[in-house]
Amino acid sequence: MQKRSLEFTVGIFMVMGIVALVLMAFRVSGLSVSDAGDTYTVKAHFENLGGLNDRAKVSMAGVTIGRVTNIYLDKDWYSAVVEMEINKDVDNLSIDTSAAILTAGLLGEKYIGLTVGAETDFLKDGDWIEDTQSAIVLEELIGRFLFNKAEEG
Amino acid sequence: MDRIRTLGRTGIGMIESLGASSMLLWNSLMWGGPGSAGFGDLVKQLFSVGVRSLSIITVAGFFVGMVLGLQGYTILVDFGSEAALGTLVSLTLLRELGPVVTALLFAGRAGSALTAEIGLMKATEQLSAMEMMGVDPLKRVITPRLWAGMISMPILALIFSTVGIWGGAFVAVDMLGIDDGAYWGNMQASVTFYNDVVKGIIKSLAFGWVVTWIAVYQGYASMPTSEGIGKATTQTVVIASLAVLGLDFVLTAVMFGGV
Amino acid sequence: MAAEQAYVSIRDLTFSRGERLIYDGLSVDFPKGKITAIMGPSGTGKTTLLRLIGGQLLPDSGSIVVAGQEVPKLKRQQLFELRKQKMGMLFQTGALFTDLNVFDNVAFPLRTHTDLPESMIRDLVLMKLEAVGLRGARDLNPAELSGGMARRVALARSIAMDPELIMYDEPFTGLDPISMGMIVKLIRCLNKALGLTSLLVSHDVEESCSIADYLCLVSGGKVIGFGTPNELMHDGNDEVRQFLRGEPDGPVPFHYPADDYRNDILAGGEG
Ligand SMILES: Nc1ncnc2c1ncn2[C@@H]1O[C@H](COP(=O)(O)OP(=O)(O)OP(=O)(O)O)[C@@H](O)[C@H]1O
Ligand SMILES: [Mg+2]
Repeated sequence: MQKRSLEFTVGIFMVMGIVALVLMAFRVSGLSVSDAGDTYTVKAHFENLGGLNDRAKVSMAGVTIGRVTNIYLDKDWYSAVVEMEINKDVDNLSIDTSAAILTAGLLGEKYIGLTVGAETDFLKDGDWIEDTQSAIVLEELIGRFLFNKAEEG
Repeated sequence: MDRIRTLGRTGIGMIESLGASSMLLWNSLMWGGPGSAGFGDLVKQLFSVGVRSLSIITVAGFFVGMVLGLQGYTILVDFGSEAALGTLVSLTLLRELGPVVTALLFAGRAGSALTAEIGLMKATEQLSAMEMMGVDPLKRVITPRLWAGMISMPILALIFSTVGIWGGAFVAVDMLGIDDGAYWGNMQASVTFYNDVVKGIIKSLAFGWVVTWIAVYQGYASMPTSEGIGKATTQTVVIASLAVLGLDFVLTAVMFGGV
Repeated sequence: MAAEQAYVSIRDLTFSRGERLIYDGLSVDFPKGKITAIMGPSGTGKTTLLRLIGGQLLPDSGSIVVAGQEVPKLKRQQLFELRKQKMGMLFQTGALFTDLNVFDNVAFPLRTHTDLPESMIRDLVLMKLEAVGLRGARDLNPAELSGGMARRVALARSIAMDPELIMYDEPFTGLDPISMGMIVKLIRCLNKALGLTSLLVSHDVEESCSIADYLCLVSGGKVIGFGTPNELMHDGNDEVRQFLRGEPDGPVPFHYPADDYRNDILAGGEG
């Protein structure tokens, strides 16, 4: 009897571990079962990423609809290429959708914001987003501001 | 001159114990997996090493989470980004505090108990008696304890982090009035399963292994007197804690930092 | 004695603990199937000798042969095999497993080394416990036993596997006369019935003489007398006589090696 209860307690302990792991996976890291596979990839050129990272979120109207999966340099154009995967259920992004690198808050992390256009054709897997707007780099902004001031003065 | 000699002797002693403890580890783990000494023994050790540490881990995790919530809030609110509190609490716990604090508590709670238990078995000649019966105490006594430590530690660390994150949520959402959706939503957006959860588990596995190894070795090599056991128990807590912190730096540098 | 086959045979054994030489060229044969009592002053290294035979300590030099096998040369695995099949040892302190009750302590070697069904293990354990008169104590924990009871349980455990060689380290101390009589009878029975070779460390001259086939007197790292109790009692050797009769003065020192007592006392006064 005593032995049974010992094994039972240890069993409960193990179950608690598994429950904790499951909570970590789904509640904390937002892993969703349908995450893999149910996405399609689109790419975009940017002049300047300004600190955009892998796995940054892609959002539309403030709702996260995908993630950045890959970032590399296009050697012919000397510009950055960003690959992002978009959830399959958001399948009606027009081909003239524009992408901008935005910042959450003043100093927050960078993310990509999408804004739809007017075309009736939709982006498919592997398509390029043509209309992009690079990150606003604070140093450049300040530099330009000072330059303007100097010209005025 | 004398000081140099002492230094030399200490150095040689340290290398000797490193060698001896490596042999202990080798001899105990070489010949079989967790159940090799009988499954019953493993379960018994999981109980005394893992389940018995559960209450302290849970309580500590809850408080650490709440403190993180409060401190994080006071810092973030100055930048107007208190919505990032969930991210702060969860990342801190998953990457650092969960594995490290759990390992330190584990060294104090389970590690010292292991050392004292094995030291006492040695002092009362139970280990010798076992040897004379043709039973290898390394396999019978040490192996199940090593495995129990290595299995328990990641589970305890996960429970610690989970409880901590909910403790943080309690402070943030229920006490400070941060939006429920912001707390969890920001957390989910920035915590990744592989990068944060899995790497934290890898850390806690390594810590569990080191702490248990040090604990059983200290017990096995202790002087078989009450003073010797007392000293070995203290040594376990000191050495294991330092080893955890040192190893944490190395693992963090390898897994998270671009060193 | 020469006609008898030796089960344990020791040649030129040297062993030291740190600076202290405990055995210096000890040679002795313990005959098969007989009870040999090893006697000697406290601290000469009787327990140490048993541990050397059991392979728990390694000699500095010399050979120790048990059942035809050279113990110090055995590999770890072979040594455990030898102990499992041939040796049993009763420790001076009993050395019961504190996390197991009396029954499980005695069952431990059986469960570990055999695949016997639980019902048969139960029968065997109860048999051994009955032999030491503690069948009724089977559910007690070691902490709940008296010193003498613990010794008897340990004895039951050490004979559980029916070894060929059994070493008793002071089995009589702390026993009341009745249990002592029981244990003496038990040791003799085991010896006669199963043809065990028994080594028995004891300070009890009377009991040892009554039970042992041979006495082996050890002092100062050497064997000072070996023979049947009768032979030794009438031996002319001073040392042997002194020990067996328990006389305080004689060639065997009562004191652990030390400086002259007078000098020691005076040195304290000066410092
Ligand atoms: N672990 C040890 N380290 C150093 N010296 C030891 C150790 N164990 C025993 N000794 C020394 O070895 C000597 C022999 O010890 P041992 O226990 O064999 O004596 P003994 O003959 O069994 O004595 P007793 O009859 O009192 O049990 C003692 O003088 C003791 O000081
Ligand atoms: Mg002794």
